[in-house]
Amino acid sequence: MSVQISHLTKLYGSQRAVDDISFQAQKGEVLGFLGPNGAGKSTTMKIITGFIPQSEGTVTVCGHDMQQQPLEVKKRIGYLPENNPLYYDMYVREYLEFVARVHKLGNESKSRISEMLEVTGLSPESKKKIGQLSKGYKQRVGIAQAMLHNPEVLILDEPTAGLDPNQLLEIRALIQSLGKEKTVILSTHIMQEVEAICDRVIIISKGKLVADDTTDNLQQRAKGSVAVCVEFKENVSAESLQKIKGVKSAKQERKEWMLFAEGKTDLREEISRYAKENNLTLLTLKVEESSLEEVFKSLTTSNFKP
Amino acid sequence: MVAIYLKELNAFFSSVIGYLALIVFLLVVGLFVWIFPDTSVLEYGYATLDGLFTTAPWVFLFLIPAITMRMFSEELSSGTFELLSTRPLKESGIILGKYFAALTMVLFSLLPTIIYYISIYQLGSPIGNIDSGATYGSYIGLLLLGSAFVSVGIFSSSITNNQIVAFVLAVFLCFFFYMAFDFLSKLDLFYAKTDDLVESIGINAHYASVSKGVLDTRDLIYFGSFNVIFLLLTHLSLQSRKW
Repeated sequence: MSVQISHLTKLYGSQRAVDDISFQAQKGEVLGFLGPNGAGKSTTMKIITGFIPQSEGTVTVCGHDMQQQPLEVKKRIGYLPENNPLYYDMYVREYLEFVARVHKLGNESKSRISEMLEVTGLSPESKKKIGQLSKGYKQRVGIAQAMLHNPEVLILDEPTAGLDPNQLLEIRALIQSLGKEKTVILSTHIMQEVEAICDRVIIISKGKLVADDTTDNLQQRAKGSVAVCVEFKENVSAESLQKIKGVKSAKQERKEWMLFAEGKTDLREEISRYAKENNLTLLTLKVEESSLEEVFKSLTTSNFKP
Repeated sequence: MVAIYLKELNAFFSSVIGYLALIVFLLVVGLFVWIFPDTSVLEYGYATLDGLFTTAPWVFLFLIPAITMRMFSEELSSGTFELLSTRPLKESGIILGKYFAALTMVLFSLLPTIIYYISIYQLGSPIGNIDSGATYGSYIGLLLLGSAFVSVGIFSSSITNNQIVAFVLAVFLCFFFYMAFDFLSKLDLFYAKTDDLVESIGINAHYASVSKGVLDTRDLIYFGSFNVIFLLLTHLSLQSRKW
């Protein structure tokens, strides 16, 4: 078990920023950390990386306890904090050389630095000052410094913030390939990203862990309400649509109709029969993939109710 | 520690601020020692470097806080301190790296003034008629005083993420420890009773003592513990930020 968190609690005064969170992350796993703003994602990450101490609970990384052997733990972690702090008046290469010296990479440092510059696509920018780079390139510098010492555990707080769509795909692919041999814990707000790269998802809300499951399982969970998206050439009314067998409710979204089924029945058959019977031209008919977004919404908003 | 030391030194010498600080120091001291008639060695007629050793502490009083003000404040305000403290570095190493970097800058600012010593050595009649022992002592005293100011400056920088606050606080604390105890000892409360003791809390008494060319262990212990206390306070203030 490369990262093991048990009963982690962080108190700020009487406020419980992180409330009794336990989870594990294994080698070869990309773990997505989700939660609304202020849920305690960053606080948890700050505790795992040893920036702030926990109030209760333990953090164990590769068999080393954070409180007893902080240096051993820190050696094995690569960290990209949120907002990606960097020394703006340092040159890209100079900064990576500094990081290499901190990690005592020695003879390896030269080859590691050029490898990282290559991987993150920073080579053409390596002679610029960090402050002169665009946001996306700064983000790449942040990712490069986190991976430079080849850590076993990577903790990335919103790694793809500020990247353009091409860079986004590149960085996601990079994280995914890293996840094969390392433990990657990343936080993000983008659900597609989670669906694309995370093997497992942890959702926290108001400091509490509300879900810890594989991405597939969580998507399954949302399947409770199957929705079908239909579009007809002709105008139809909601009442007539609701008369279709198995339809619980119908909702219009511009020209398209969202039909929600009772239970898990597939509505498509009934809908095409309905169209035929009423001489309607069917333009669209597809099952809406129940997305993680729905699960996320239901898990994190239900907490607001008393 | 070495990585931090080199980084700080690099930051200092790859920016305008570093050279500006050195030039300002040499310019001010040079004006007082050679040009201003009231303090100039040439007008004074005696082959001594006293002008340098009375002016330099006052210039250091502003210069050293200017050097140290960004050391922690900048890291705290930009968030880079988070990266620094999640790397396999001991906090004491971070503090000492920055401390020695600032001390090296103080040393660099003093090095060119050796030319003053050589000039006055040559100008003496007969040549070499200068109290070399006192001069060496004064240089050591100036370095010790500089180290005390550096530790105060680093402490001030660690308690705020605002560089200006760090600067003003450091100047005040440096002045307080440098001169205030001299003045306080003249209060009726202490005068002719414990004024020696009060005076010896301040830096100036020890600086003056070392400047005579006598290296008294008491003075060395004073400067040593002064530095250690402020570096420990820095450690405490950084620790308390995390809670």
